[in-house]
Amino acid sequence: METKKVEIKGSGDIVTARQAGREMARELGFGSADQTRLATAISELTRNVTQYAGMGFCTIVDNSDKNTIKIKATVEDTGPGIPDIDRALEQGYTTGGGLGAGLPGTKRLVQEFDIDSVPGQTVVTIVLSRRKI
Amino acid sequence: MKIPVLRLKDILLTSIQVDLTDEDALEFQDDVLKAVERTEASGVLIDITSLDVVDSFLARVLNETAVMVRLLGAEAVISGMQPDVALTLVEMGRELIGVATAINLDHGMEKLQELISKRGGG
Repeated sequence: METKKVEIKGSGDIVTARQAGREMARELGFGSADQTRLATAISELTRNVTQYAGMGFCTIVDNSDKNTIKIKATVEDTGPGIPDIDRALEQGYTTGGGLGAGLPGTKRLVQEFDIDSVPGQTVVTIVLSRRKI
Repeated sequence: MKIPVLRLKDILLTSIQVDLTDEDALEFQDDVLKAVERTEASGVLIDITSLDVVDSFLARVLNETAVMVRLLGAEAVISGMQPDVALTLVEMGRELIGVATAINLDHGMEKLQELISKRGGG
């Protein structure tokens, strides 16, 4: 099972993480639209780390099984946490001066999306999956 | 990473061919605006054929760059967005792109000339 881990400290690491995601998606046989979805989703989540937490990690894992190709990306940080997750998932809601499209947009790009956030520990997990043909 | 801004008669031509960091994107925005001011260009064509990721941040920077260019009195067109990028942006939220676009550099140049002549003609 392949795993890639990227330390997220600055905006160059966002690029590294999303490229790593795209590369794994391509290797596993995801189509180009899915490669772009995953790369974009990772870009959004890792930007939240640089913007709100300063540093964190992005771990990308091949979770494929017999019937499904599946990539799980986990983005975690030790920042202040997301005080109101429901609001953070509303389109257009932002505390960071952006468009408020990051989290709700990311959720729509992937098959599974999960946020676990308390002060000092935020973990966002996304899964992109397709049935094997 | 510096993105070259080329002058072609009264048009500025740029092509983003590398995966931009956030700082690169903001520097690009600044460079474009300064170039418009310096050259008194009538329009800016931004080609993104090579970009395989446009996330919400870059979409915002591109949008805002186009709005700022218009505020300066010039026109802006973005050309060559990859289909997968368009698909991803729309899935994320339709408000992300509001700028004039064209399918490739050729059409982008036509569209830009059109916008410029419309503005010029009042």
